[in-house]
Amino acid sequence: MAKKTIPCTVNGKKREYTVDIRSSLSDMLRGQEGLDSIKHGCDVGECGACTVLIDGKPFNSCIYLAVWAEGKTILTLEGLSDKKGAISDIQQAFIDEGAVQCGFCTPGFIMASVPIINSEEPTSRDDIRKQVAGNLCRCTGYEKIINAIEKTQHKRIEEKKAK
Amino acid sequence: MYDFKNLYEPTSVEEALKLKKEHPEALILAGGSDILIQIREGKLAGCDLLNIYGLDALRGICMEEDGSLLIRPLASFTDITMHPLIKKHIPVLGEAVEQIGGPQVRNIGTIGGNICNGVTSADSAGTLKAYDAVLEIASIDGTRILPYADFNLKPGKVDLRPGEILTGIRIPKASWENTYGDFIKYAMRKAMDIATLSCSVNVRLSSDKKKIERLRIAFGVAAPTPIRAFTAEKSAEGHALNEGLLKKISEGVLADVMPRTSWRASKEFRLHLVEELARRATIASIEKAGGKING
Repeated sequence: MAKKTIPCTVNGKKREYTVDIRSSLSDMLRGQEGLDSIKHGCDVGECGACTVLIDGKPFNSCIYLAVWAEGKTILTLEGLSDKKGAISDIQQAFIDEGAVQCGFCTPGFIMASVPIINSEEPTSRDDIRKQVAGNLCRCTGYEKIINAIEKTQHKRIEEKKAK
Repeated sequence: MYDFKNLYEPTSVEEALKLKKEHPEALILAGGSDILIQIREGKLAGCDLLNIYGLDALRGICMEEDGSLLIRPLASFTDITMHPLIKKHIPVLGEAVEQIGGPQVRNIGTIGGNICNGVTSADSAGTLKAYDAVLEIASIDGTRILPYADFNLKPGKVDLRPGEILTGIRIPKASWENTYGDFIKYAMRKAMDIATLSCSVNVRLSSDKKKIERLRIAFGVAAPTPIRAFTAEKSAEGHALNEGLLKKISEGVLADVMPRTSWRASKEFRLHLVEELARRATIASIEKAGGKING
């Protein structure tokens, strides 16, 4: 099958992947970069477990063609860690709040929550629910996930004020 | 890996039209949130795709000199909801497409794909019908203009001829000016669900805000394709804002729809929704316009 070379930026690094044109973005990033935080859950854009940020917005990487990633800036859960590999505040909050049980949905939820925790203004719990409505969790009942996102957003807003 | 055969990748609209003429069987791939899924399900396995997703000339929203709002087909649902022109002039369209799927789907899904699929449940369709949208359809031989009212031929089938691509959706100023609208989607869940029934209403009130100058109602899933309720619209024209108006609308919409029973809901329940959603969306539209029922 036809192949194509896709230049893009992944977690801050410039990359070039040569892929079968039939690949999804999730195939490409898992297969060629080993970014296993991207989960193949439903593979049809319903569960959100494969969520990555493309140019800052959440997308389901399972229904995004790899060829569309040309020139795009992609962030996955692996890109949230600092240079030493320490986890970010939102990941820690998921642990502290008990928002992780089996953990399969967690990377997708965290990526969908990145735009929320970076917002300047506090987001209501209803709006947080709306913004993570494209992600499914069969374990937690969602409350603890909402708690973790809300807590991290408030913390970040406080930190910005303190500066 | 997706099971498709050829992927044609034009770099301009002209090249896309040329490729569409050469390969009329190739499916036009916009955001893919329907087509890629149907490939995964095996329904479209082995198909050829014409990938237009990267064509930025088909993206964006603007106002033309004559005041028409022009929405290019690759505008995503998020683009539409967030766009200042939509928020200012036809916020109901932004509110309608904000009820599609979840955030990820709204970032990839396009309004062109939504209406070209030709399904009755398309959440943008009712509002576009109610605003008398006009489509710009191009082929390598030229461009034709088609009222969106005439676009749906039957379920899943729209009036796109071999070699044609939808290139624009226009809402004329005479249609959107001084109107206020409301959209209600009835579904089992608030997200990631398909409408059991949907209703989009917009009104223009008389200058003293006592009468209906113009009222438009459209439904999704109330017939094999998205439809307007012309009987109801006509009976509302010039009517005072009172219970009598709501009664006439209820009676009118029932004459205009033909829902069926499906696994989502029975025909009887859909008829109930038709009446009730039309009533609620009419009241909400009138209130947004500064009017009041029995005021």
